[in-house]
Amino acid sequence: MVKINGESFDIAGKSIEKYLIDAGYDTKRVAVELNGDILSKLQYENTILCDGDCVEVVCFVGGG
Amino acid sequence: MIPDKNEWKKALEERHGKELQDKISRATVAVCGLGGLGSNIAILLARAGVGKLILIDFDKVDITNLHRQQYKASQIGMYKTEALICNLKEIAPYLKTEIHTVHMDENNFFELLQNADIICEAFDNAEAKANIVNFVLSQMPEKYIVAASGMAGLHSANLIKTRKVSKRFYLCGDEKSDVKDTIGLVASRVCVCASHQAHMVLRIISEKFEE
Repeated sequence: MVKINGESFDIAGKSIEKYLIDAGYDTKRVAVELNGDILSKLQYENTILCDGDCVEVVCFVGGG
Repeated sequence: MIPDKNEWKKALEERHGKELQDKISRATVAVCGLGGLGSNIAILLARAGVGKLILIDFDKVDITNLHRQQYKASQIGMYKTEALICNLKEIAPYLKTEIHTVHMDENNFFELLQNADIICEAFDNAEAKANIVNFVLSQMPEKYIVAASGMAGLHSANLIKTRKVSKRFYLCGDEKSDVKDTIGLVASRVCVCASHQAHMVLRIISEKFEE
């Protein structure tokens, strides 16, 4: 299982990019941390989620 | 008659205690974007006695800003950096400031932010918010960044929270209320979010915080 924002999902094997798109995120508006380290946007496509990974996705909305 | 620097220092020490005030007055904080969030954050931090503020915005004061941003009718048309510095000096005459009237992006983030201890993200555009947070966390890992997402509309002010995302990354807001899906930005709710950001900055400076 992969933990994303505190919830467990059975998605090991999927890339970060595939997960983000499937979950409806706009990849231009997110910051993603994998096991506490920030992932650059260039890493989304080739980073494959593994069981035990802990992912934090922050999605920004407009306004300030 | 404006009190001299020593009287000013003493008054702040009476409020915050000498130990904390020493830390606050040594801190340099960058405020990126001087709109509803940034202009309010800057004033709160100036009042608290932060040593130096680095203020960055490319834009000019517009009539549509005045319902929530800390500018005056007489300042319409001025650059926000220059207008805010005038207002801050009236509030906190011994505050050190550095202003940059530029558009921020990956080409100048490092240069503009390298001297800051703590960075406040106070943009209005969601992609710009994501860009600066990604940049600081990956290229400037020794800095703290306090960002904001979700403060538009008239929803309850109680939904605005501060969340520790990772060691040096804090996020304020409800993380949902996009300006385009709401009636727009309402001063009081934007100010709640700006206060969360300024408060988190002071907590980081205090070095005494857990979450």
